[in-house]
Amino acid sequence: MTTAPEKTTAAKDRPAPGTPLLEVRDLHVEFKTRDGVAKAVNGVNYSVAAGETLAVLGESGSGKSVTAQTIMGILDMPPGRITSGEILFRGQDMLKMSNEERRKIRGRKIAMIFQDALSSLNPVLSVGYQLGEMFRVHEGASKKEAKAKAIELMDRVRIPAAKERVNDYPHQFSGGMRQRIMIAMALALEPDLIIADEPTTALDVTVQAQVMDLLAELQAEYHMGLILITHDLGVVADVADKIAVMYAGRIVETAPVHDLYAKPAHPYTEGLLRSIPRLDQKGEELYAIKGLPPNLYKVPAGCAFNPRCDAATDLCRTESPALHQVTDRDGAEIAGRASACHFWKETLHG
Amino acid sequence: MAEPILEVRDLVKHYPLTQGVLFKKQVGAVKAVDGISFTLHKGETLGIVGESGCGKSTLAKVLMNLERATAGQVLYKGEDISRLSGAALKAVRRNIQMVFQDPYTSLNPRMTVGDIIGETFEIHPEVAPKGDRRKAVQDLLDVVGLNPEYINRYPHQFSGGQRQRIGIARGLALKPEIIICDEPVSALDVSVQAQVINLLEQLQQDFELSYMFIAHDLSIVRHISDRVGVMYLGKMVEIGTDLEIYDHATHPYTQALLSAVPVPDPSDRENRERIILSGDIPSPANPPSGCRFRTRCWKAEERCSTELPLLAVPELLAGGARHESACHFAAEREAAAA
Repeated sequence: MTTAPEKTTAAKDRPAPGTPLLEVRDLHVEFKTRDGVAKAVNGVNYSVAAGETLAVLGESGSGKSVTAQTIMGILDMPPGRITSGEILFRGQDMLKMSNEERRKIRGRKIAMIFQDALSSLNPVLSVGYQLGEMFRVHEGASKKEAKAKAIELMDRVRIPAAKERVNDYPHQFSGGMRQRIMIAMALALEPDLIIADEPTTALDVTVQAQVMDLLAELQAEYHMGLILITHDLGVVADVADKIAVMYAGRIVETAPVHDLYAKPAHPYTEGLLRSIPRLDQKGEELYAIKGLPPNLYKVPAGCAFNPRCDAATDLCRTESPALHQVTDRDGAEIAGRASACHFWKETLHG
Repeated sequence: MAEPILEVRDLVKHYPLTQGVLFKKQVGAVKAVDGISFTLHKGETLGIVGESGCGKSTLAKVLMNLERATAGQVLYKGEDISRLSGAALKAVRRNIQMVFQDPYTSLNPRMTVGDIIGETFEIHPEVAPKGDRRKAVQDLLDVVGLNPEYINRYPHQFSGGQRQRIGIARGLALKPEIIICDEPVSALDVSVQAQVINLLEQLQQDFELSYMFIAHDLSIVRHISDRVGVMYLGKMVEIGTDLEIYDHATHPYTQALLSAVPVPDPSDRENRERIILSGDIPSPANPPSGCRFRTRCWKAEERCSTELPLLAVPELLAGGARHESACHFAAEREAAAA
């Protein structure tokens, strides 16, 4: 019973699937606080193309959300500071743009979905008003037009009885419905790229399945690029095309989804995958990565993972590994695979 | 099977909804737990799974007597503890302890680790005489894998995983027989969760503990539990051994819940058959008549709206399920699809 929304702009130049949309190059972001300088993002490279889903996997403090906030241009500065790097959106460096130019991209070309829908929506305005605001601000629509479009959008994300509910307030919706409204808001201007930061972490599993399904369906329909930021290895396996694993502000491994789960090329990824409880391990001790994620104020010298790594050597304690192109046993490059481990060969082929 | 240590019979917890300021009158009730029965045996781990609002945390609070049961019984070694108060309650609580979900809010930030764990001995001085307390706390820190020298540190000086170890040490301090773990790892990073699960399993062996393990992460519950109970909207809909629940579920809700869990293996993702439920969980203040799951169930028929299905071993399944399921049309999924 969903009706497709009218095209918001008559001839929107929608990139064909596969054309590169966004490329992050050697991004460094740090936070200056009373306790010192925290290097939250420490040389991140990744890219996403139209129609593609990139999953950024990492634990708290790995820098995955800060990278996303920097792309969106919603990083709090200060205390945040972008020390170097480029963020190219369809070839143009967004970090060199004026605020005016960035505003044209934000919301219209790149939209973001946040984890906590309740705190991302304004509690004193109706959801219809907040959805319609996108059209009033960006496209100069009248109040009446905006409301009609808000109803269309709510229909689009399958909120039952959209017409009756358009004047309801966020607290009147359940968690899953609120996250649908956030998705509707992100979709409103048919962006080229959506960044979803832990979009289902606050939701129950049955509702999570509904929301991820909806997101995948809409993405396929509009050929959007999707950056999915999450810590959930299950969600990643379900929807991602390729994966970037982050640890202590760096990308430690990138790989197509099937390759990564079949055989990781970095000990951290390997540890994460091994620590998932498996059926045949019932009653046995779970594999656990020893130690704790690092403190960003004093990241270990050399490879940041070395104190937790079983295979660490003196080299790992002194020299920070570069992101190496990964090759198969015959030395042929594997497309899209890279690992920031001195001993990736041993990890992958060992 | 080992002897039962905790028996729960028809446990009910309703929170009244009132209207009016001066003359309060009850206009309804949130039926958080609405008639639950199960047994916890000595040395076993009973997992309780369910989504938010299903009543699993209320259940934990009622078992601990942090909330008074509206009706029903909680039998600890045959004695009903749900009506106890004063010294009798204090004595029973020594044997039933709890580990909370959030290690950030469940530890007092102004107390040192030694005081947090040692406080339990103030309340139950018979467990550790005054002079031995410091030593007892240090032993506990050692048991949960923390450096005993950290006894004078404050909670903020520890990471999330370490704080949860402090919470576990506090739960162990009185040498209880039962520990109720309410989402003990869900606030922790993935790489740290496995460490805490291993610790809990180790402690269970060393101290012959019985666990009630409440969580929403189904793969962790499967790993740690001997038996699993599935809750939906204040009711237990299915209970059985881990194998019976995970591989031979007969209740549609359990089947949907299991199929919705993302599998951390992309190799067969295009062919995976998923049950995507429509709609949200109804409000526990106004649950559907008959079977509570019927509003989201694809098997629902007329009978489901009038007759409440009881938790029982399904009769009609020839040679099939031997565990309890509260569905009129209980059947394993393969059979259901045919």
